[in-house]
Parts: sequence; structure tokens; C-alpha cells
Amino acid sequence: MLRRVFSGFTKASVLKELIFKEINDLILGSLGIVSFISFFVGGVIAIQTALNLENPLIPKSLIGFATRQSMILEFAPTFISIIMAGKIGSFITSSIGSMRVTEQIDALDVMGINSLNYLVFPKVVALMLYPFVIALSMFLGIFGGFLAGVYGGFTSPGEFVTGLQDSFDPFHLTYAFIKTIIFAFILATVPSWQGYFMKGGALEVGKASTNSFVWTSVLIILSNYIVTSLLLS
Amino acid sequence: MIRVENIHKSFGEHEVLKGISTVFEKGRTNLIIGASGSGKTVLLKCLLGLFQPDEGNIYYGDKAIQQMDDDEKRKLREDIGMLFQGGALFDSMTIEENVMFPLRMFTNRKRSEMLERVNEVLARVNLEGVNKKYPAEISGGMQKRVSIARAIVNKPHYLFCDEPNSGLDPNTATVIDNLIQEITKEYNITTVVVSHDMNSVMEIGESIVLLKNGLLVWEGSNKDIFKSDNKDVIDFVYSSDLFKKIREVQLKEG
Repeated sequence: MLRRVFSGFTKASVLKELIFKEINDLILGSLGIVSFISFFVGGVIAIQTALNLENPLIPKSLIGFATRQSMILEFAPTFISIIMAGKIGSFITSSIGSMRVTEQIDALDVMGINSLNYLVFPKVVALMLYPFVIALSMFLGIFGGFLAGVYGGFTSPGEFVTGLQDSFDPFHLTYAFIKTIIFAFILATVPSWQGYFMKGGALEVGKASTNSFVWTSVLIILSNYIVTSLLLS
Repeated sequence: MIRVENIHKSFGEHEVLKGISTVFEKGRTNLIIGASGSGKTVLLKCLLGLFQPDEGNIYYGDKAIQQMDDDEKRKLREDIGMLFQGGALFDSMTIEENVMFPLRMFTNRKRSEMLERVNEVLARVNLEGVNKKYPAEISGGMQKRVSIARAIVNKPHYLFCDEPNSGLDPNTATVIDNLIQEITKEYNITTVVVSHDMNSVMEIGESIVLLKNGLLVWEGSNKDIFKSDNKDVIDFVYSSDLFKKIREVQLKEG
């Protein structure tokens, strides 16, 4: 499948339009839900950290530190990707699956168009912008943590910012974005595979969407473990 | 003209096509008929190059499709128009974008020129004023007509139709049949229609092949089919109650 995705290219002018459409559907269309979830989860991480700090010897700056580490290392790249497996993964599988059921993919093939390149390549390219979504998630999560921590009376702005800057390792960002790129590729290809090669009718489109979510999530979790073992161990 | 020579096609142990040989003439509507499971759609997919036959050759003009290189195959596909059973219109595109699609993919014309051609073919299939609508907003019969417009917009030399009347009322089905026949004559193209609809057989069956269990069991025209004493033809043609009654009357009247 991958060989055909990256060969037999669609006419450049058409491909450009398809890529912009996918950026709109997959990236811009996800910003709202990602922002909402990240902001509030960041807030919850800050509150829970604060509520678990019973020892007065532990500085309040730990709230900012814990929020930063949780958002950058795991929540933004991995858990947002699993949420995206449900949102954009199901969208990709059901849209390609519906095209399969209604013979639209056959129509492309009969016209001599490489349907895998036409349908999947623009999604892969669009999802290479996915790290920007994750960067936004990191920022909003930390911002949400800041507001919840400060306005909830758990810490002062200075302490939170001190925690944010404490023991910051820039490689953690590199690590987060490396795995984000891997997750983006999984998000573009696994749901496309599930939709493209499905057989049957409307019921099977639903089943394919469910399978798509399950397999995309499983692969994200597994690759997360492997990348973490390789880069952080 | 398309020439089919001794085509065999199996899926696992099941042999679907068992040595089909025939010729589909240019400027005629060639019908492939037969009951469900007789191998019509598999033959059509072999003709379209979507399935690779296990044995035998398919010639477009003088050249066998199996001997064509990738570039020749791509050019051949650009020369093929296809009307799918369900229309297969791209539901994310408007009618105008659907019909313009082959022009955008395979030509470098200006948008205004493409639009002119789109309006021309939409008018040819008697559809005007629907350019900005989406496929879901028009009827099944209109979708079929849009699909015909998309199939002919790039002036192909070959037109394939898979069950063009399925899901349509008898009047609309006749309109679609007549449209296919008119376009075949007008563009002087080779048209192959897969159908099990006896109305289509009577309306446009200038050249008919009957398949049964993967074998070609009869060839002729709509004029011959009712006179044939071939048992398979009789079984197929007179399978409906209406045609059984007609047959009884014919036999009574000698």
C-alpha cells in the first residue's frame, strides 16, 4: 500500500487543492477540540498536583513543573493523538470506506488515477502539520494549569513560572515532536488502510471505523513505548 | 472495437469465466446479459483492466491490454468512460466539479474552456441548472445522467455501463437506455453494457452476448433473441411472469 501511496502521483494542481482541503479537515478542524481538552486537562493536572502536595517541604513550584512535564512528555503528544485516532481516524476511515462502498474508488481506478496516492498522500502531507496542533496543546495545557493553579489559590504566578523553568531539558521537546511525527504517520495511514481495503456495505463502514480507532490507538501506544525506550531510557 | 479471446478467470477454486471469446463492435451498443453470478461483472472488470485474466487476451483495437506498458495502459484508461451501477459520483464535489474531474485530471485546458465543455455535456444529457448542486441533492435518474456526462466529457472511444438501469423506474430507465444508444451513435464509440434488464435488451441490444455459469452460451441481437430456440436464452428471457405469458401466447398462435 505505502509504495502506491508514494508513487503514481496525481496532477500537481489537483494534489495541491487536495492537500489544502485535508489541512482544513484534519488540522484546522481539530483545533477546537484539542484546545478545549488541553486547556482543561492542564488545569486538572495543576489542581491534582497541588492537592497531593501535603508535605510543606515540597515547593509549590512543583505544580508548574508537573504540569509542564505531563503536558510535554505524555498528554499532548500521546493522549491527544489517541483522541485524534477517534476524531480524525474515524473520519478518514468512514470517508474512504463510503467511497469504496459507493464505487467512487473504482471510478478513480477506471479513470487511470492512482486512488491510493489521490486519497492517502494528501492526508499524510496534511498531518505533517500535526506537530503544530500538539505544540498548541502543550501551550494551552500549561496555560490552563497556570490559570487553575494561580486563580484556584494553589500557587503564585512566580512559583508556577519557576516550576516551569526548573530542570528544563530541551531534548524532551525533541522527543515529544519525534513521536508526534510518528503518530501523525500512523493517524494518516492506519485509518486510510482500514477504509480503503474494507469490503461490504454501510454496516462494515461502521465496523471499519471502530477497528480503525482500536488499531490506531494500539499502534500509538506501542510506538510510544518503543520510542520512549529508545530515546529516554 | 474490443476483441476478447478465450478469457479465463478464477477466484480460488471457483472458475468464474471459462473461456469467453467475442467481439464488441464500434458504433454499437453491445450488451452482456445473464443471471446473477453468471460472470458479467467479472468480465466487465477484466475488460476495464481491474481484474487480470488468468488466461486469454483482450484487444483494444490491435493491441492486447496485457502487452501494453504502464504508459499505454494509462492512455487507454483516459480513453474509457464508465457509468457505474450507483453512479459513483464524488459526493464531496458539486455536479459541475464531478463532470469536470476527468478534464482537470487529464487535460491542461483553461477553466473557462472546461466549464464550456461541462455545460455542453450536461445539456446533452438534458441536465441544466444543476451545476452547483451536490449528488445527494438530485434524484437517482439525474445522478445516472451526470455520470454519463462525466463518462463522455473527455470524448472517450470506449463507454462501459454496469447495470445502468438498476434502481430506476421504467420511464427513467428507458431515458437512460436511449441516451446511451444516442451517445454511442453520436460519438461513434464502442459501448459495452452489462445488464439483466429485458427492457434494455429490447431497447438497445444491437449486439448481445448471454453468459451462463461463466460460459458464453448465445450471441445475437435484440431482433434474434425472441426467435431463438436456445434453451438458455428461453430460460433467461422468459424467466419473468410477464414474458412467460407472452411466450404462452406466442406458442398458442404458432
